[in-house]
Amino acid sequence: MDASQLIMIFISMVFINNFILSKFLGLCSFIGVSKETGPAMSMGLAVTFVTTMSSIITWLIYRFVLIPFDITYMRTISFILVIATFVQLVEMFIRKTSPHLYKFFGIYLPLITVNCAVLGVAVLNSETFFSGSRIMPGSFIFSVVQGFFAGAGYCLAMLLMSGIRERLELVRVPRSFKDVPLAFVIASLMSLAFMGFSGFKF
Amino acid sequence: MMEILIPVLTLASLGMIFGVGLAIAAKKLCVEQDPKISAVFSHLPGANCGACGMAGCMGFAEGLINGTCTVERCVVASEKIRTEISKILGVEAKAKIKTAAVLHCNGGNKVKDKFQYQGIKDCVAANQLQGGQKACVWGCLGFGSCAKVCPFSAITMSQETGLPVVDESKCTACGNCVKICPKHLFTLIDVKKPVYIACSSHDKGKAVMDVCKVGCIACLKCEKQCAPGLFKVKDNLSQIDYNSYVPCDDCIKVCPTSTIRKRGA
Repeated sequence: MDASQLIMIFISMVFINNFILSKFLGLCSFIGVSKETGPAMSMGLAVTFVTTMSSIITWLIYRFVLIPFDITYMRTISFILVIATFVQLVEMFIRKTSPHLYKFFGIYLPLITVNCAVLGVAVLNSETFFSGSRIMPGSFIFSVVQGFFAGAGYCLAMLLMSGIRERLELVRVPRSFKDVPLAFVIASLMSLAFMGFSGFKF
Repeated sequence: MMEILIPVLTLASLGMIFGVGLAIAAKKLCVEQDPKISAVFSHLPGANCGACGMAGCMGFAEGLINGTCTVERCVVASEKIRTEISKILGVEAKAKIKTAAVLHCNGGNKVKDKFQYQGIKDCVAANQLQGGQKACVWGCLGFGSCAKVCPFSAITMSQETGLPVVDESKCTACGNCVKICPKHLFTLIDVKKPVYIACSSHDKGKAVMDVCKVGCIACLKCEKQCAPGLFKVKDNLSQIDYNSYVPCDDCIKVCPTSTIRKRGA
């Protein structure tokens, strides 16, 4: 493991394979919570937190439960189970220990439980850092870093989108285009721009 | 047989462990909530307008229980609802002073434009361009951002004067217009004290007269005419001290530019 690999993961997850704009995961919250910068930021941070933590536990589950029993094909359902449990636990824990943080995350934390971006990170981790039942050296650190930067990429896309939509509030657009339809158009244009990092693939 | 049993058992035991873990955690980490909060919340209007300054009705209910705010802060709730909530809290409800928004500008169509504005028909947007198209930089731009933002449709734009008109009976003093107006022309004033200054210009008398014939020119006539301390001219603009308010019509008559006005007249 060296720094260059970590930087590669950073650039890959934030720009080239941005979860929202290149992989099209987590679009529901991308459209739903991006009307204002404040909530978009909270959502982005909450997602970053959950993707990082779920990378850790899904790695543990994959490495110590699924591989030894040779049931790696069950990963989707077991990952969902683990992530859902974990988010519940974290929510309870935060509520008990830090009411301020609980207020800050608000409804976003339970919302993320079923966000496909979170599951996407876990699946991607198990695909890139394990080949079949063989484990890549340093795969744990890579998984955590990849989870963190996937969240950071999500955060970046959310902030860009909310900035654009806040400005659009002042502009008169045809009524049929107001709000969500326009957001879809913007999302596709942004996605085109992000395609510039990797080039078109057919 | 084994290839079915192993995944089933593994997942079942995983689920078992997580389920038991969550159940224990729920008991250990449980946060007790005051049952009064939900009782108060069920009586609140549920509009989440934010006029009380808290984050929605739930935040207001929590604030009531903690004692950080009082029932009177809710402007939407009726008298009946307020007494019921007070009963839950065990405190006496105070009579709330009904306030309504007033516009401190008299100009509108009477003020000329200094340039032709062709941008977005919105006060906030227009204000970003040289402070708007009106010759008076203090006054109403007339694009009706206040009327658009009013959730109770209490504000209508008058074609005749080019100014917003507040319907007192519909106004709940939520303060949305106060916040949106880029010229800060609205204030919430007690409806029982209907006299107000319909101007916000801090320019000198001559500069005001050049652009608007109905603005305050700081002639001090109101200050001399009426009860001492009621009117105070500060920074070239007359201001009313509502704490020492006494009903009087002389000030309205004496004002040479009829800037002192009575609500609804």
